[in-house]
Amino acid sequence: MNFCPEEVLEHIFEFVTSHKDRNSMSLVCKTWYQVERESRYGVFIGNCYAINPVRLIKRFPRVRSLTLKGKPHFADFNLVPHGWGGFVDPWIKALAKACPGLEELRLKRMVVSDESLDLLSRSFVNFRSLVLVSCEGFSTDGLAAVAANCRNLQELDLQENDVDDRRGHWLSCFPESCTSLVSLNFACLKGEINLSALERLVARNPNLRSLRVNRAVPFEMLQKILIKAPKLTDLGTGSFVHDSDSETYHTLKSAMTNCKSISSLSGFLDVASCCLPAVYPLCANLISLNLSYASGINGNELVKLIGHCKKLQHLWILDCIGDDGLRVVADTCNELEELRVFPSDPFGPGNAAVTEQGLVAICSGCPKLHSLLYFCQQMTNAALITVAKNCPNFIRFRLCILDPVRPDPITMQPLDEGFGAIVQSCKRLKRLSISGRLTDSVFFYIGTYAEQLEMLSVAFAGDSDNAMLYVLNGCKKLRKLEIRDCPFGNMALLKDVGKYETMRSLWMSSCELTLGGCKTLARKMPMLNVEIINENDQVEIIPDNNDRQKVEKMYLYRTLVGPRPDAPDFVWTL
Amino acid sequence: MEMVGGEEDRRLEETELRLGLPGGRASEGETAVAVIKCGGKRGFSETVDLMLNLSTKETLMDLNDKVKRNLAKENDDPVKPPAKALVVGWPPVRSFRKNILAVQKSDVKESEMMSGGAAFVKVSMDGAPYLRKVDLKIYKGYQELSNALGNMFSSFTVGMIDFMNVCKLMDLLNGSDYVPTYEDKDGDWMLVGDVPWEMFVESCKRLRIMRGKEAIGLAPRAMEKCKNRS
Repeated sequence: MNFCPEEVLEHIFEFVTSHKDRNSMSLVCKTWYQVERESRYGVFIGNCYAINPVRLIKRFPRVRSLTLKGKPHFADFNLVPHGWGGFVDPWIKALAKACPGLEELRLKRMVVSDESLDLLSRSFVNFRSLVLVSCEGFSTDGLAAVAANCRNLQELDLQENDVDDRRGHWLSCFPESCTSLVSLNFACLKGEINLSALERLVARNPNLRSLRVNRAVPFEMLQKILIKAPKLTDLGTGSFVHDSDSETYHTLKSAMTNCKSISSLSGFLDVASCCLPAVYPLCANLISLNLSYASGINGNELVKLIGHCKKLQHLWILDCIGDDGLRVVADTCNELEELRVFPSDPFGPGNAAVTEQGLVAICSGCPKLHSLLYFCQQMTNAALITVAKNCPNFIRFRLCILDPVRPDPITMQPLDEGFGAIVQSCKRLKRLSISGRLTDSVFFYIGTYAEQLEMLSVAFAGDSDNAMLYVLNGCKKLRKLEIRDCPFGNMALLKDVGKYETMRSLWMSSCELTLGGCKTLARKMPMLNVEIINENDQVEIIPDNNDRQKVEKMYLYRTLVGPRPDAPDFVWTL
Repeated sequence: MEMVGGEEDRRLEETELRLGLPGGRASEGETAVAVIKCGGKRGFSETVDLMLNLSTKETLMDLNDKVKRNLAKENDDPVKPPAKALVVGWPPVRSFRKNILAVQKSDVKESEMMSGGAAFVKVSMDGAPYLRKVDLKIYKGYQELSNALGNMFSSFTVGMIDFMNVCKLMDLLNGSDYVPTYEDKDGDWMLVGDVPWEMFVESCKRLRIMRGKEAIGLAPRAMEKCKNRS
């Protein structure tokens, strides 16, 4: 019984923006479903193949902001062959026809073409925000179209994309009438840009709050930018190399001294240590610092810099900071919430400079830490247990030991107990990546204690199918599970097929799955797409007695729209 | 996909588990070789020389194209990581990031080659039958370089010559005295001694000790300097 007029419902629903809440609301009754869908402006699609553009538009005709994710996460590490999928083209085409009111598009791990960027730029009058993360397939020509045609563009944010830089003048394509920019990030582009065009662009966009330039923008430009962008809160430097005795350097340093608003700093792809003191004036106000591309800064300089950053909440650095450097971070940055330590030499001969000691130091000094990504040389159970005690608030805990099966170097034991302590103590843990020598036990702990776990990444771990079963049975909120090089086979896969309908996706590569097992799963679960990635014709689908063949890569996901029509030759949907 | 029986067998063979050392097969470079299993477990250290057969359209870095794992058991030398094992997609670092680091490394190597290490330049002296080479990096300044050059070419000259004393040279221009010059990065011939030493080392491509008469074109500046000094 509904005694509330729809207009009132709609008005109330306006205050609810979270996707999860909205999804829940739509399940209450038919009226609520209708009101909700017609008033939903922001739609999040975690797997672009779970639904298709036609159905999206049918259900949410007024969509204004769309987030789409394409390839599976392990595509980041070259495990998914080129051409697998994640094409945004059909989405843009469909939206261009049916949703001219589209304002925002956020894409992650998708293939974007210049044609689709061009179509986007011409189809949506109110388009204001384009965010591309880890995408590929486009060039600066596509960016030129966006710059030229999107009259009300506020945000163009390119993060770690693989862009074909045609070294044209895409930046110059922003017309004189473009004055609405709030955020511009082109740090991932490799080519030259027109510097005076950049200067003029900054000058005529007074609301610019975030600017991240690329390597081609020299040191001398920074001071000009700072003067012309007084509202800047987020700065990504380009090349940070100059003679520190020069007037340019001193001018920049005083410009920085006057910048009270900058709270986020990144860039430094090219950097000379002697220039770093220029940014010291900013440090006291910094909340976020990303030096993870600054391989030109040695550990001591890093430490000196960070020593000034008492308010830091987010820190991304390279492991050349060392355990000692992390101790300084622990002493200085007591507000730290997120830390990422990347390997400066991923394939080096084991010279990684951080160990469990750095992590222990951080966790004792930074009680607010809730998100961690830590690449290290080694880890001990004792350290993990200490970490679990000092930081029970972890939401994301990703540990990567560079040698993936390294046990505790002191006790020679697997790291089961350490990770067990983490999941037991961190009751809010949503994302976990484990590494090191691990047996079935760690999976038992995860299944038993990680009640809020939504995403789990596993590599070179476990002894038997039981491990995978512990997780599938125990983690009720599991959405994404990705496994590589583990001895899990058909038994684990097929034990509880209904589980996969409650999850977004499952990735298994270099495990013990056979074609027969995957076929069985596909047969039992028509609501799943069970895809085999068959590189180099390793697996033959005909004749039928090849069911015993091992499947190297399997990716399955729930979907409402059946097998995808754009799968390439090497992808078989069973 | 239609397969001839023989080919099919070969492919099955390739994916079949078997014990054996790697390297026994050869077909188009690399083949998929089996994994050694012990007791149903597959451990990182137990796998042997797994070489993936990858097509060229892969976007993998060269390092990742080969997967080489050693035979070392976990128990041996536990503290030291196993000898360089390269696994596809490990460590899990985004390719974008890996590429950036790789570029930065090669830039460093390049600039090290150019400015670090040694800075050997050819030295020619007009009239000398052969050239010499000096490493500019081992000298702390112009005086040291001058002494070294003097020693080097003393066999071709009569008496000791102070290359750096341009003023003295200017006085004796009509004689057979010499002037040190160098070719810089831009290809111009410059008089040695005008710029700070470090900058000189950075920009000097070769040295030429010119006969005084030929250095007349460079003389005016030197005259200026002499005047300023005295």
